[in-house]
Amino acid sequence: MLILTCPCCGVSAEETEFSNGGEAHLKRFGPGSSDDDFESYMFNRKNPRGVHFERWRHAYGCGKWFIAARCTVTLEVFATYPAQTTEPPADVVKKIKARRSEWEGFA
Amino acid sequence: MSEPVSALGGAQYAGMVELAEAGPRGMITVRGDLALPALASAVKKITGAAMPARRQASTGAKGAVAWMSPDELLLFVDYAAAAPSVAALEAALAGEFVTIADVSDARAVLTLKGSQACDVLAKICPVDFADLPVGGIRRSRAAQIAAAIWREEQDEYTVICFRSHARYMWDMLSQLARPGGEVGLYR
Ligand SMILES: [Zn+2]
Repeated sequence: MLILTCPCCGVSAEETEFSNGGEAHLKRFGPGSSDDDFESYMFNRKNPRGVHFERWRHAYGCGKWFIAARCTVTLEVFATYPAQTTEPPADVVKKIKARRSEWEGFA
Repeated sequence: MSEPVSALGGAQYAGMVELAEAGPRGMITVRGDLALPALASAVKKITGAAMPARRQASTGAKGAVAWMSPDELLLFVDYAAAAPSVAALEAALAGEFVTIADVSDARAVLTLKGSQACDVLAKICPVDFADLPVGGIRRSRAAQIAAAIWREEQDEYTVICFRSHARYMWDMLSQLARPGGEVGLYR
C-alpha cells in the first residue's frame, strides 16, 4: 500500500484518498513549438523502474495538488512537496540520494 | 416561506451506534485567504467562533466553523440564518478575493453517537481515528463517496456529505451499525 502525506493539509493517508496525476515536472511545449518537442511533451514519459516524481491530488481531502517522490519498485515515498516547483527541491534530492545512492539524479 | 426539507427527513436508527440525520442545517462555504483579518472578524460575528486551526473546527454561541482546506472554511449556523449570514459575509469582505456560497441545501449532515462510532466509520474510511482528536475534522472517503468527519466529542461524530449522496451514506452506515457487526478496534 502506498501511503502519502499531503503537504497542503498535513494528512497522511493511503492512496485511495488521492488521485494520481501522472509524471511531474513536465516542460510544456505548446503553440509554436516543433513537432518533435510537442510529441515528446504529449506522449513520451519516463516510466522509470525506481525513483519517480508524480503529481498527486488529495482528491477526497483538501483537494490540492502536490508532488510525490517515490520508488516505483518498493512504493517507498521519499518526500512530498508543493506542486509549485519546476524541479525537485534540493532537500528532496538529498533525501533520495540518502536512500538510493545509485540514483543518477533528476534530469 | 416554504419549509426546508432535509435529504433524509430526519431519519434515525439505533444499533451499535445512534445514527441520525441532523435535519436542515445552515452551511456556508467560504473560499479565499484564511489569513484575512476581515474574514476572521466576520466569522466571529456570525458564528461566535474563533478561526479554527488546520484540520480543526471551533464552536461558538451561534454556530461553528470548520477548516476544510488551506483556503476553505465551512460555517455552520441555524438554517434560517444562512441567507443573512451570506449577506453579512459578502458585505464584510467586499472587494476581497473570496467566494461565499450557501450550501445548506447541497449537503447532508448525519450524526453518530456511541462508543462504537469510530469503529463503524473505520469500516468505510481509510482513516486511523486514533489520529483524529476531539474537535478535529477529517475529509476523506466513505466507501465510494467524499465525506467530512468532525469529531465533536470523544464518541460523537458529525458526518457531512453531498446531499445527493445522503441515501447512500445512510444505507451504508445503518447497515454497518447493525448489532453483531462490532469490531472493537478502538477500545
Ligand atoms: Zn491535503
